[in-house]
Amino acid sequence: MAKNHVTTTINGEPVEFLCETHETMLDVLRNDLGLTGSKEGCGSGDCGACSVMVDGRLACACLMLGAEAEGRSIETIEGMAAGEELHPLQKNFVKEAALQCGICTPGVLVAAKALLERNPDPTETEVRYWLAGNLCRCTGYDKIIRAVMDTAAEMRAN
Amino acid sequence: MAEKTYKWVGTRQPRPDGADKVTGRARFGADFDMPGQLVGKVLRSPHAHANIRSIDTSKAEALPGVKAVMTSADMPDMPDEMAPAGEVMVNLRDVTRNVMAREKALYDGHAVAAVAATTEAIARQALALIEVDYEVLPHVIDVDQAVAEGAPILHENLRTKNVDGAEDTLTNVAARIQFTKGDMDSGWSQADVVIEHAFTTKPVHQGYIEPHAAVASTTEDGQVQLWCSTQGQFNVRGYCAKLLGMETSQIRVTPSEIGGGFGGKTVVYGEPLAIKLSQKAGKPVKIVMTREEVFRGSGPTAAGAMDVKLGATKDGRIVAADLNIRMQAGAFPGAPVGPACMCSFACYDIDNINVVGFDVVSNRPKVAAYRAPGSPVAAWGVESAINMLAEKLGMDQLELRIKNAAREGTKTHYGPTFKDIGMAATLDAAKNSPHYQTPLKPGQGRGVAVGFWFNIGMDSSAACHVGEDGTVTLISGSPDIGGSRASLALMAAEELGVDYQKIRPIVADTASIGFNFLTGGSRVTFATGMAVVQAVREAIDELRARAAKLWEVDVEAVIWEDGCAKPAGSNVGDFEPLSLAEIAVNAGKTGGPINGHAQLNAQGAGPGFGAQIYDVSVDQDTGHVTVDRCTVVQDVGTAIHPDYVEGQLQGGVVQGIGWALNEEYIYNDKGQLENTGFLDYRMPVASDLPMIEPIIVEVPNPNHPYGVRGVGEVPIVPPMAAIGNAIAGATGIRMTDLPMSPPKLSAAIDAARVSEAADD
Ligand code: FES
Ligand code: FES
Repeated sequence: MAKNHVTTTINGEPVEFLCETHETMLDVLRNDLGLTGSKEGCGSGDCGACSVMVDGRLACACLMLGAEAEGRSIETIEGMAAGEELHPLQKNFVKEAALQCGICTPGVLVAAKALLERNPDPTETEVRYWLAGNLCRCTGYDKIIRAVMDTAAEMRAN
Repeated sequence: MAEKTYKWVGTRQPRPDGADKVTGRARFGADFDMPGQLVGKVLRSPHAHANIRSIDTSKAEALPGVKAVMTSADMPDMPDEMAPAGEVMVNLRDVTRNVMAREKALYDGHAVAAVAATTEAIARQALALIEVDYEVLPHVIDVDQAVAEGAPILHENLRTKNVDGAEDTLTNVAARIQFTKGDMDSGWSQADVVIEHAFTTKPVHQGYIEPHAAVASTTEDGQVQLWCSTQGQFNVRGYCAKLLGMETSQIRVTPSEIGGGFGGKTVVYGEPLAIKLSQKAGKPVKIVMTREEVFRGSGPTAAGAMDVKLGATKDGRIVAADLNIRMQAGAFPGAPVGPACMCSFACYDIDNINVVGFDVVSNRPKVAAYRAPGSPVAAWGVESAINMLAEKLGMDQLELRIKNAAREGTKTHYGPTFKDIGMAATLDAAKNSPHYQTPLKPGQGRGVAVGFWFNIGMDSSAACHVGEDGTVTLISGSPDIGGSRASLALMAAEELGVDYQKIRPIVADTASIGFNFLTGGSRVTFATGMAVVQAVREAIDELRARAAKLWEVDVEAVIWEDGCAKPAGSNVGDFEPLSLAEIAVNAGKTGGPINGHAQLNAQGAGPGFGAQIYDVSVDQDTGHVTVDRCTVVQDVGTAIHPDYVEGQLQGGVVQGIGWALNEEYIYNDKGQLENTGFLDYRMPVASDLPMIEPIIVEVPNPNHPYGVRGVGEVPIVPPMAAIGNAIAGATGIRMTDLPMSPPKLSAAIDAARVSEAADD
């Protein structure tokens, strides 16, 4: 069967790719486009390690087909830092040790950024529920929640 | 206690791999690719127990795009030979059978064949074309059923070790072990109060978010390169060499960044298969497990069934303690029953102890290590029973533990006598914590439990390379699973007296540094830390020698202080201090490169003790438990990097909360695992939890230059019992079987209501 030709935007850049119909967006990102920052923890929408933004909405790349990227705008962890300048969330995750192994970190960061964009002043409970789709087995979430809250406060102040 | 002050040790510095990990740049196991690589896939048994009569791979081999197919026939059979893996010893005859089934499939998910193909779709198609002729056999999952008479026997050759007269008996009991201290009869005769109860746990998975992944590339002259996610690249090398009949020097293993392990990445699964497929196909082969494969095919922790009996005097002195524990090893012997037995009563100073343990096989994946292997299982029974004793004595649960705590001079039931331990200090810190001082809210219950882990030493190598500009590359062979590179660099910075940022720590492959035992047992900051300190000190000696040469004085006349060589006294001469950078830039003129190396077998690991406090609320209708507050107290020796110490404590606690309340393997009546995804194997998520309050106790380990004990194991030991104790406090109901999930707890609450009504 012929492959699908897809024209899309990834992290602000126009991108074209060919994919099989059954290929997920996560497969395309990781295997075809070399964007391995999005991780596969489950492939079934349960862990959030593959979190990306699709037209401004948080999505699991493992639950989306590559062909569905046609005409859309995708943002991944690779697009979060502005050049040399880390996003405040990225900075604070390092500063406050909000990661141990780091496999969940790209997904957590993408999801946390999406939260702060729609709610710059979340309560701890709101952060916990928003990130409930992102599994982390290492940290017990404590430092992740703190880093997100601290970043929100910092971004509000600036 | 004399407080040492350090400039770098104990500070919270950014981790060296931080930028890579927040930008998606860090390369984990599945992120590595080789040009022309093939996709490897594994065929797994759908049966819990079956003879494999034959395997026909011809149709798969004929499929276009398939480049290699393998079965166990492609690997040599192994003799009975023990080798260390994680904190347990393994038998290579068993390992080769676990990696790929031979005469029998022993669990649902057991690998039986593997293929390498040009695409994943073709590889999957090929798996479907492999014909395996199974003769399905009766199976057994539960540990006590596996011991029962008439149980299906997994291994015809298995005989119980350490039992006289067992030579002729078919069995699933691989070994019996026993530890005794004192005299049980005299212990029981002193007891005014006796508690006796049975407890069980369910197997749980380590639950690392990164599935196992490996890429193998082989050459025609027999060399192998392997990139994989592992806690021990040297152990992977050792296993693969043995299993494939190769020499270790032919195999170079590069560890990727590792996305969690917790003990589960101390053994091999796809690694030797990727090598074999690559050899057959003549191309690199990548094998990445799916989540379902991780659950069905990789090792969970052992489950246990146990009977605990405790006797105490009226004033709360425990005088006798007995534990009989049966542990489920999975399909091959090797449950961590030794550590379970040894850790069981290690927190206490009890005169009369008898502990008997059994290593039992059943039709489940072979267990792998999981944080403090064995200890949490024993603690579930023992620490629950301690609270039952406290209830019966009318004593405070923490006071009873303080009264019986192991102290300096306590002789353990497994041999050693404790010196310099922090059990009492940990309990005092728990008692004085803001948490314990805060009264409960109505409806809440509070539970306490303690935990122990030996911490381990073992082999480590390290190197310290001084660059021409005076910056330092620090090379170790211990995969960094939770910030250990930062801790190693902090110790090096402290020794060298230079800025932490001038030190770049890396984790090297098996060809670039000497042997390192795997990352596990809470050994890296202790043992590899010791090697790092020694390597750095060797480099410092060389730096002093170079300064001495430049000054034309004896090396003894030069000291190293604040990152500089200085004259030892005014009589040496009037020399300006020479900085590391100043010496380094002239290295070529003073004798060549300046490096330090160390290799050691670290002795003197310092035992770790912890105590945890939980406040819970129980929904009386649904049986749902909410952890309202949690404090984790632990003696870590010295917290080299407090952030990552806290992180280990918090992470271990939350894994324990999952173990206590939700996590279990669910099998159907065919012995097939039914919950093979994160939706049904429910690990704790952020919204389930409160903040986890850490209290770090520091009773330095005198055997380590910075007093390190190790951190990562103990935190998972107390949670299950502490939560069970809290539930008992909140509801009056004593739960004895894990997990204390809503259906089980609500059934127990209903049963209690019925019996109360009957009493009325
Ligand atoms: S990989 Fe997409 S949610 Fe887990
Ligand atoms: S840091 Fe390891 S899974 Fe989150």
